[in-house]
Amino acid sequence: MPTDGVNKKRRRFLVATTSVVGAVGAGFTAVPFIKSWQPSARAKAVGAPVQVAIDGLEPGQILKVQWRGQTIGILRRTEETLSLLPEVDGDLRDPESQESDQPAYAQNGSRAYRDEYLVVNMHCTHLGCIPQMIPEVGAQPFEENWKGGFYCPCHKSKFDMAGRVYKGVPAPANLRIPPYSFIDDSTLVIGVNPEGAV
Amino acid sequence: MAKPDNTSEKSSNALLAWFDARLPVTPFWNNVMTGYYAPKNFNFWYYMGSLALMVLVIQILSGIFLTMHYQPNAETAFASVEYIMRDVEWGWFIRYLHSTGASFFFIVVYLHMFRSLLYGSHRAPRELVWIFGMLIYLALMAEAFMGYVLPWGQMSYWGAQVIINLFGAIPYIGEPLTEWIRGDFFISGATLNRFFALHVIALPLAIFGLVLMHLVALRENGSNNPDGVEIKANKDENGIPVDGIPFHPYYTVKDVFGVGFFLMIFAFVIFFWPEAGGLFLEHDNFVPADPLVTPAHIKPVWYFTPYYAILKAVPDKLMGVILMGVSVMILFFLPWLDRSPVKSIRYKGMWYKVMLALFVIAFIRLGMLGMSEGTPAQTIEMRVWTFVYFAFFILMYFISPGGKTKPTPERLTH
Repeated sequence: MPTDGVNKKRRRFLVATTSVVGAVGAGFTAVPFIKSWQPSARAKAVGAPVQVAIDGLEPGQILKVQWRGQTIGILRRTEETLSLLPEVDGDLRDPESQESDQPAYAQNGSRAYRDEYLVVNMHCTHLGCIPQMIPEVGAQPFEENWKGGFYCPCHKSKFDMAGRVYKGVPAPANLRIPPYSFIDDSTLVIGVNPEGAV
Repeated sequence: MAKPDNTSEKSSNALLAWFDARLPVTPFWNNVMTGYYAPKNFNFWYYMGSLALMVLVIQILSGIFLTMHYQPNAETAFASVEYIMRDVEWGWFIRYLHSTGASFFFIVVYLHMFRSLLYGSHRAPRELVWIFGMLIYLALMAEAFMGYVLPWGQMSYWGAQVIINLFGAIPYIGEPLTEWIRGDFFISGATLNRFFALHVIALPLAIFGLVLMHLVALRENGSNNPDGVEIKANKDENGIPVDGIPFHPYYTVKDVFGVGFFLMIFAFVIFFWPEAGGLFLEHDNFVPADPLVTPAHIKPVWYFTPYYAILKAVPDKLMGVILMGVSVMILFFLPWLDRSPVKSIRYKGMWYKVMLALFVIAFIRLGMLGMSEGTPAQTIEMRVWTFVYFAFFILMYFISPGGKTKPTPERLTH
């Protein structure tokens, strides 16, 4: 093939522009496919608040409900449980909940709007398993000085009865607290902040 | 070799000639089979490559038949697997073929990789063979993980929960990334459906392509051998390696013998021990997925537990995920970490034999500890073996250039 008189500069320019335009086109074409993996409109719509009747809940009992696909625990704590909370402060990673995820009205010693009721996202902040509630006070195989709390079977993370994480476990933060409020003394709604609260 | 008086051979030759004029059948056969000379001293470890290829074929065939009855839907997936096990004729056999095949795939692949550590098969000029092999290994891990999710049992569900959340440890993009992988705010039918698509189409195609590249790259330089010396350095007047023998019939016959032996063990497990006491099929996975309850003892299938133990050994989420990732990725660099002047363990000094033995013990112990409950004593042991695991690679880089070696032979030894 004769190559005399070929304008090499123009040929290079054409190859480069064709490649760039082609790559940009391929990039834009990839967007619909990548976006199709996002949660669908239907998945997003299933996020409505959940009302829960709590009048049947005895002290010490925990009720688990689902909200946005997450398991939410509602624990009615006893006076004794609440009084034990400050005793473990020294063993905790974030006792003041400074670096954890909760609404402002639950960033307190009991991590609750009303001390008695702990409303908590049950999924471990490590890898999303559901810790077991072990309310008994006393030595456990995983902790000598156990004051009651939650223990994750997956990777041995420990939380106290306010969902606060212990030191030296894989979970990086306290259990998350979802937004919630009380409609009246016997009804709780998960997914709605109390009026006036941010 | 054609005999003029043999009419049947004549007609078959005529047919072959017809094809050869249109498709390079004979040249291809000569090139990859009868005209390909492999080292004459292959031993037991050289069965594993052809066995891995056969298990891949078993997985594809049994998988195709499983998709004819399985339903990729969160409501019906578990029941459809039970339907295959109980109502479909021979369904239990096809499913056990597939589930046992997955575990045997990893057994064969781990032995195949270990062969490389013994004889230096990853060393120059075969680095790309090793890298394609590692890519196959990664694709195989993804394939196995997604396959394990499909029956939608408790271990499927919570295993997916844990593995996908590993990506959540990445700063800033972690949370959106996990949502993107799941296609929902939690593990749901959307996740199951996409895993099904990846498991039956995308990853098998990728694995098939990578296996092809693995073989093409291997044939370019020819196989290494237990002595780790190049047979192509020593050729006769026809350009044929003096220590080489034609792949066909010598190694095809040897591999068929290996296949026969392998299938005996494989069949025994399928018929008499398909769950392998919870190792191949975990007990909790016979319970339908329940998003409200995490099983009391959650662990991956055995072939992932060494890496899982490394994750568990670190008391920090991000660091644990990084260290686990590095423990797999470091294998990619093996061709450049081993700088010894000789390839094979036969001519390396005692230092390598000790290091390799410790590494094997570390890998097995980590695998066992990864399945355990994780008492404080076990956590400490996991940390020790994690240290040994990484020390193997780091020390290899520093010891191998000056480590004691024996002289390698000119020709292959028997």
